[in-house]
Amino acid sequence: MNNKVPNNRAWLLVLPMLVLVAFSAIIPLMTVVNYSVQDVLGPNARFFTGTEWFQSMLNDDALQAAFLRQISFSLIILAIQIPLGIGIALIMPKRGWQASAVLILITLPLLIPWNVVGSIWQIFTRGDIGLMGWGLRELGIEYNITRNAGDAWATIILMDVWHWTPLVAMLCYSGLRSIPEAYYQAARIDRASKWAVFRYIQLPKLTNVLVIAVLLRFMHSFMIYAEPFVLTGGGPGSATTFLSQSLTTMAVGQQDLGPSAAFSLIYFLVILLVSWVFYTTIMNMQKDKPPHGGA
Amino acid sequence: MSWMVWTMPTAIFFSSIAAMLAGMTIWEILSPTIERKGFLPIATTRGDRLFIGLLSAAFIHLGVIGFTALSIWIALAVSAVWLLVLMRWG
Repeated sequence: MNNKVPNNRAWLLVLPMLVLVAFSAIIPLMTVVNYSVQDVLGPNARFFTGTEWFQSMLNDDALQAAFLRQISFSLIILAIQIPLGIGIALIMPKRGWQASAVLILITLPLLIPWNVVGSIWQIFTRGDIGLMGWGLRELGIEYNITRNAGDAWATIILMDVWHWTPLVAMLCYSGLRSIPEAYYQAARIDRASKWAVFRYIQLPKLTNVLVIAVLLRFMHSFMIYAEPFVLTGGGPGSATTFLSQSLTTMAVGQQDLGPSAAFSLIYFLVILLVSWVFYTTIMNMQKDKPPHGGA
Repeated sequence: MSWMVWTMPTAIFFSSIAAMLAGMTIWEILSPTIERKGFLPIATTRGDRLFIGLLSAAFIHLGVIGFTALSIWIALAVSAVWLLVLMRWG
């Protein structure tokens, strides 16, 4: 294994992708950086502003509040979706037609476009015609997502759990299916309890897919836009205005390109930092384990 | 290129990043990096340390710009020192 001749020429095969990424991501990102230090009024009218936009964005109360809301939202949905997804994957049928049927059923929410999810829940929660809104009202529970911030939050979280837990469940399901039967046989010989099987066989074997699930769900929820926008429009007040909605209002609504560029970069750096920390932590947790640990 | 609204500071910024990447490539060809553990809690390669250094430099700059009245050049100096420390002992 170790006496392979290193041949780095294979890296040349990555070049086309690099060119593609350069045009689709790197050059636009550079432009955003350029915009963030200027006040661009038109093709020939632009002024260098230096760090002014960054300063005002970092000290903007509304944005700071949106940032905190965003973090809480991401943490809450991760805390619900990851355990729930693992749980669903564990009780899903393992073979036969039931397995396929459950897989298809569970995938359905993932196929619905974001805007439509928002509309579905918007109608679902209406007090006059929506099943849930009407049902809760008939039960005598006060429920109004356009007036009560708590209701709006609960509904958005419920909606996100409904929409995205299947992804976590599917990733975990595929992770579980890839565990060789021999591990379970060994566990049976040891008369290991269900919990021990989960804790020492299934969970360690799931680490890789869980990294992907946590990363995907974190980044996705951190950039959530269409669903809450359609459901609550960010309200009541600004109770459910998340970061990307603040950004869109600024960049598209008010055409404040300089401030929104500065804000996008801060947003991007936070996502980059969190993703890197997640990735490194989990990859190092695996590295530290002794090789005979089986993970 | 005019649609990219370049300015001198951002051009210098991206040129230095590009120069760093090119320099790291040449360095890697001349003497390949060995993963090692310094004062950081994780074992890192040279490239990892550069990335950590640059990312923390970004946040040092944001902190100085947003929450202090200090000059941005102080942030730059602190970041440069931090990057060197990180590359050598990180």
